[in-house]
Amino acid sequence: MKEPIIQVKHLYAGYDGQAIMEDLTFDIGKGEIFVILGGSGCGKSTVLKHMIGLLPPVSGQVLIHGQNMVTARGKERTRLLQQIGVAFQNGALFGSMTVLENIMLPLTAFTDLPDDAARTLALAKLGLVNLNRNSHQLPGELSGGMRKRAAIARAMALDPEVLFLDEPSAGLDPLTSAEVDQLIRDLAQTLGITFVIVTHELESILTIADNTIMLEKETKGIIARGHPKDLKADPENEYAYRFFNRNPGKEMTS
Amino acid sequence: MTELHIKQTDTGLAYLFSGRMNAGGIAGIWDRACNGLAGHDGAALTLDLSGVTYFDMAGAALIVHLERMARDGNRDTVRMIGLDKSAATLVERLSKTDLAVPDPARPGGRIRRMVENQGQSLGEFWQDVHTFISFFGELCWFFFVGLLRPNRIRWKETLRVAEKAGVNALPIVALISFIVGLVMAFQSAIPMKMFGAEIYVANLIGLAMVRELGPLMTAIVLAGRSASAFAAEIGTMKINEEIDALSIMGLEPVRFLILPRVIASTLMTPLLTVFAILVGILGGAVVILSMGHPFSAYYNQVVGFVTWGDFVGGMIKCFVFGVLIGATGCIRGYQTRQGPSAVGEAATRAVVSSIILVAVFDGIFSIIYYVLDV
Repeated sequence: MKEPIIQVKHLYAGYDGQAIMEDLTFDIGKGEIFVILGGSGCGKSTVLKHMIGLLPPVSGQVLIHGQNMVTARGKERTRLLQQIGVAFQNGALFGSMTVLENIMLPLTAFTDLPDDAARTLALAKLGLVNLNRNSHQLPGELSGGMRKRAAIARAMALDPEVLFLDEPSAGLDPLTSAEVDQLIRDLAQTLGITFVIVTHELESILTIADNTIMLEKETKGIIARGHPKDLKADPENEYAYRFFNRNPGKEMTS
Repeated sequence: MTELHIKQTDTGLAYLFSGRMNAGGIAGIWDRACNGLAGHDGAALTLDLSGVTYFDMAGAALIVHLERMARDGNRDTVRMIGLDKSAATLVERLSKTDLAVPDPARPGGRIRRMVENQGQSLGEFWQDVHTFISFFGELCWFFFVGLLRPNRIRWKETLRVAEKAGVNALPIVALISFIVGLVMAFQSAIPMKMFGAEIYVANLIGLAMVRELGPLMTAIVLAGRSASAFAAEIGTMKINEEIDALSIMGLEPVRFLILPRVIASTLMTPLLTVFAILVGILGGAVVILSMGHPFSAYYNQVVGFVTWGDFVGGMIKCFVFGVLIGATGCIRGYQTRQGPSAVGEAATRAVVSSIILVAVFDGIFSIIYYVLDV
């Protein structure tokens, strides 16, 4: 495995001291497309929130480049945050700004770029997600899928090393979803961006993921890990096998 | 450190980049890079990236931008050298992208747009009045249907709202009234004392609280507290398509959501007002007591001067204020448009409209009472 860029060590994930996931330990390599899988409501998004430092975990560590995201404060935290980009599930675009201004915000806040330069860079990012024709619109005027793509563009605004995407292709039509997948692969290959993706779109997991962990609610832990194609082909691990083969398990006899 | 050297060669211009070409890096060279092309139309351009140590999409955007500018300036030859494979992929990807902001401008000049805007807002105002009236009619209809068949009204929800919008508002209503009573008594006691008439402060506080300030202060507090809460609650439901879901299930949103809130607000406003009047008069008592008069004197003065007619007049106002606050909050919530800031807007509009309506109706009541000589 390549050198790890993110290390999660003995993470107990949950709210208010109640762990819903226990003792998670995994590494994410540089340039890897890492997918966190699991059934609905098992705590995938919570784990993601711990990883981006938005929610303090019950216990455990999340290290980005060896630095603890959980305990970082002040300038150190700002510096760490500039190395990551996050696209939230519902976009989380600022409703009072146009799409273009949303993308320009991190650019003008963290660099000395002149306005027209920031605009060009933001349009370039919007072009990657095929939204440059909608750049003058307000987020409220966009469809759900468009908002999601705009959120990905905003997460990429500063060309971060790690991009966290929460359900990037849910609710997108197959063509757009395939485009987003293609974009993720391209960025990982050309720029060496590391992706941490929470999703349960089987098709996109199988096309893009280099590595996955699968969480399960009952055991409160990682039930399977590895390349999705291996998991799909391996009936030993029953839950993962059923997950990838869309088999609810009732009539699984042969 | 990112640097740019611009060289004039026999064949044209050469841009030599070095250092980190990321967003932070190109910030310092962007303007110079773009301005450097001015006045050199037609000359060939070479972009040399051999010295670049790090190159990401920001760098690629600059390169593509320069290439576009060069082509616009009639340069047929733009050469790029020193790009590694991944940089070339990035540049190629971005060069397919349109980097111009689309212009959504509406047709017509400034004056036409101004007239259009004015007309639009006037139209929206009439639309608003129309909605308000028709909505109020619908509300009344469901209320009378509810009177005939009381089990059609959601009493549980009504009680829940009554607790949230009524009982929980008691502390703030009491505080405001107490302070209003205290301050008013204090301010009027100073000039009255000059005539040795400070005991008549009791008459002033009693009458003002019962007829005017008690109902008005309560209504304004509730407009800020309940009307905004109703608008936000219903507005959020509207955005989450919960209201659509209700109507599809055949449950009328007006009966299901709005009627309980309006009933609760109508019943709670007079109750809160009674408390407000009492606490306000007590606030005045504090001042009078501190001036050495006994409490019994204050009490007799108030009870002897304020009539039941004053009290009933104040209470009737409260019922109307209660209906206005509840209905305005709900209607504004129901009118919530789409978009993330819509709920906030609805809450603001609810507070503004209900305070305006309360003030207007307070004026109307004053005139009616004057004419009726109550």
